[in-house]
Amino acid sequence: MNLDYTDDENAFREEVREFIAQAYPKELRQAQDSQQGLTKEHTLLWHRVLAEKGWIAPAWPRDLGGTDWTVTQRHIWSQELARADAFELYFFGLSMLGPVLFTFGTEEQKRRFLPDILAGTTWWCQGYSEPGAGSDLASLKTRATRVTGDDGKEYYIVNGQKTWTTLAQYADWGFFLVRTDTEAKPQAGISFLLIDMKSPGVTVNPIITLDGEHEVNDVFLDNVRVPVENLVYEENKGWTCAKALLAHERVGIAGVAQSKRKLEKLYQIAGRAFADNGARLVEDPFFRRKLTELEIDLMALEITELRTLTGEANGRGPGPESSILKICGSEIKQRLQSLAVEAAGADGTDLRPNPEYNLCLTTDGSSGVMGDYLNGRKYTIFGGSNEIQRNIIAKTVLGL
Amino acid sequence: MDFDLTEEQSMLRDSVAGYLGGNYKFADRAAAIHSTQGWRPIVWQALANELGVLGVSFPEHLGGFGGGAIENMVLMEELGKVLSLEPFVPTVIIGGGILQRSNHPAASDLIGGVIAGKTIFAFASNEKNGRYNLASVNTVATADGAGWRLNGTKIAVVAAPLATHLIVTARTGGDQRERKGVSVFMVESSRPGITMVPFTRADGLRAADVKFDSVSLGKDDLIGQLDDGLCIVDPVIDEAIAATCGEACGVMRVMLDSTIEYTKQRKQFGVPLSSFQVLQHRMADMFIHLEQAVSITYMANIKVSDPAPRAISAAKVRVGRACRFVGENAVQLHGGMGMSEELAVSHYFKRALVIENEFGSIDHHLARFERLS
Repeated sequence: MNLDYTDDENAFREEVREFIAQAYPKELRQAQDSQQGLTKEHTLLWHRVLAEKGWIAPAWPRDLGGTDWTVTQRHIWSQELARADAFELYFFGLSMLGPVLFTFGTEEQKRRFLPDILAGTTWWCQGYSEPGAGSDLASLKTRATRVTGDDGKEYYIVNGQKTWTTLAQYADWGFFLVRTDTEAKPQAGISFLLIDMKSPGVTVNPIITLDGEHEVNDVFLDNVRVPVENLVYEENKGWTCAKALLAHERVGIAGVAQSKRKLEKLYQIAGRAFADNGARLVEDPFFRRKLTELEIDLMALEITELRTLTGEANGRGPGPESSILKICGSEIKQRLQSLAVEAAGADGTDLRPNPEYNLCLTTDGSSGVMGDYLNGRKYTIFGGSNEIQRNIIAKTVLGL
Repeated sequence: MDFDLTEEQSMLRDSVAGYLGGNYKFADRAAAIHSTQGWRPIVWQALANELGVLGVSFPEHLGGFGGGAIENMVLMEELGKVLSLEPFVPTVIIGGGILQRSNHPAASDLIGGVIAGKTIFAFASNEKNGRYNLASVNTVATADGAGWRLNGTKIAVVAAPLATHLIVTARTGGDQRERKGVSVFMVESSRPGITMVPFTRADGLRAADVKFDSVSLGKDDLIGQLDDGLCIVDPVIDEAIAATCGEACGVMRVMLDSTIEYTKQRKQFGVPLSSFQVLQHRMADMFIHLEQAVSITYMANIKVSDPAPRAISAAKVRVGRACRFVGENAVQLHGGMGMSEELAVSHYFKRALVIENEFGSIDHHLARFERLS
């Protein structure tokens, strides 16, 4: 057993660290530091730099635009990105649809869709949840009926409503789970369908969240005509595509590298903030103790993540341990946000930007440290709520 | 030993609950938050005049009904249930409380104004880097002839944009965090040299950062003893805490009730969420937190006039923890809907969060409790 990185891995770390330092767009860095809000164009600045370098999709196969990095190298890459406060790229195309397409898609679909994902010229949203299908996603009702059009071509006519659709207001396309068989067992009647968000019948309505931000949406589909060529894999086998993504999604959600960076920042914030007695907050043993506990919990989680990744590199998983990462990772993120609010004191009671205290310099930040905490309530709800994740552990790991 | 409300206290509760239930719907509140004013003066006037409850805790010789902390607690719980935007604590409890203890010649008139709904106070004490230490005061009142010149900035002063008068802690002597040397002044908001940067807090209440730029203070603007203002402020803040604990119980009660209601209605996997034991236990825990908070709130309000700072800190700690648990879990059990601005539950959560740190965080009060033990 060992925790060491090899010489090659250390050299790799040096290489990517230096690349990020010299190539990270200054304009984006300034916008992040000011915490006044980021636009889609801002995020594309970094995307394009990475796309040009060929490092935009490290997990993809080399021949489809990926790198040939090992699992450990990919891990080092994400650590270095977090260390540099690099903006978190919009991931639905890169991390979710991309892998589905290169695993289950036709050559034509890969040719048609993958290059634009890599280039950042097409943005994708994920049409999964519905008002009646949250934790019970398989009960989704958005209906796709296959018909022959007047032009003799085959289409799906899609009707329904998706909700909680992240950043759909910016999306060019969406990958949707739709029901194509109402008689079969729920999971066996679902298809994975790609829909152009500009199609007639697609309406995106904002849902404002408790932090005052517009991050998620309702997407209404009213007799939307979708060519059958946009079906991924086979009709009624969409659940297989979705399931393949789940474990990866959970590992990603853990956000260990970003949490380490945020804890570092929190120590700095506590070193600047004043306690009641005029000493720095970090010298207050009670506040300090909370940081210590967090740091230790994060150390353990990082090793669990490395065990997961090493297992994956050796052909095992990720399996149910991804639920541990999701549960612990989300709770740690929330504890960090909570401590940042605590550190801010009276400065943290509103939703104005406060770069002094906000840990969240890799995303928008415009609703301040309290807004970040409020937004972060979602970590234990989405991606499979933490209650569901515990059910998964109980059933599939512990056999209960 | 008695934990029942008197008949009068019950009537007070029922009349306020009846009025607010009919006149303070969630939509009314949302509209007020988005309005320029940011609150509902019409409700304040109703509380003052039709219901006549703003004076309930003042002595009769000042125009009140001779009640005390329990009456305020009852009122605050009802105000908490509707997430009232109105400045009850800054005006009635803090403003009224400080004036009552001050021997100021205008005190009875001003309290009369409070009871009539005409005078609104905001308490300007928070400063940058001061955290929760009331003695951490860099706003300075420098002697100037028979009076003073006031210079400095107070941050996050709740109700400042609504206030007719500001009550300000300022240093007239001593070092930055020294208790001795802190004085209390009262100025009308329109006095030259006062500028405000207003904002809306996460809980919907209006507040402002208030700058004092060479504001002229006369002798009569001093409240209480020179250099010794905190001996009046401290017990009044404790009263504010005791009352705010009452408000918190109202806020939490609504969050628990709406979570129970939601989980009974919301079905996934073919059954209501409320049938899952994990969620039942979670709601049972929310209930326990609420009841413990109610208990300690009763204790705080029974003892506050002794005075009883240790009991107040105990209450603030316990209520703070309850606010966090009940609030976070109310959102969690509402799932994605709990994250929406449209549903009421997230607004109750935000108020509960602000209460947790208002007048001192949990850590602040744990430390004060220990110091007093």
